[in-house]
Amino acid sequence: MLRVKLFAQARQLAGSSEVEIPWTDGECVSKLKSVLTEQHPKLGQLMPRLLVAVNNEYADDERVIDGKDEVACFPPVSGG
Amino acid sequence: MISLTHSPIDYQALTESVRSMQAGAVVLFLGTVREMTQGRRTVALDYEGYPQMAEAKMAELEATARSRWPVVELGIVHRLGRLALGDISVAIAVSCPHRAQAFEAGQFLIDELKVSVPIWKQENWDDGSTQWVHPGA
Repeated sequence: MLRVKLFAQARQLAGSSEVEIPWTDGECVSKLKSVLTEQHPKLGQLMPRLLVAVNNEYADDERVIDGKDEVACFPPVSGG
Repeated sequence: MISLTHSPIDYQALTESVRSMQAGAVVLFLGTVREMTQGRRTVALDYEGYPQMAEAKMAELEATARSRWPVVELGIVHRLGRLALGDISVAIAVSCPHRAQAFEAGQFLIDELKVSVPIWKQENWDDGSTQWVHPGA
């Protein structure tokens, strides 16, 4: 299982600031997005623009994730 | 000084903290909660952050600014939680030997903060509805 932190509208749609999803080490961010959508269909609408961070760094679709990584998903930012 | 806070930002202290005899110019930017946005009236803004990453990203912004301009001192404070009209959401203070550098560095810092730091705002409109601000979404 992989814990995924969610923020802003992602958190609101999933109903939780952290979710657990089935995971196989070595899979990448693009897989994360599809598993997240399967497990939490309401997140589907955010997927085109969803940002993923792994260990506090933005990650592209090819980034590999394993169980030790801290993973967060969120919509485009709007600070300031 | 890089920090996140849930309290009102002491921008005077922040400004004082970047003053230096090596600097001829000090620039302070304040982001404040505005009432009207495209014809709609804001009652309050809720700011949420991913604290560890936000601080890491703000530290990166400082490093980049220091590599591009002769920054003497720099401070960034972003507030989280519920903010009322006129409240200060973010303060950025920067000092450099000359004013062009200070203005440019200051603009860079706020422009980049707005696109890279994991903080989000949610509008509370006067009709009672709420709306996340997610650029491009």
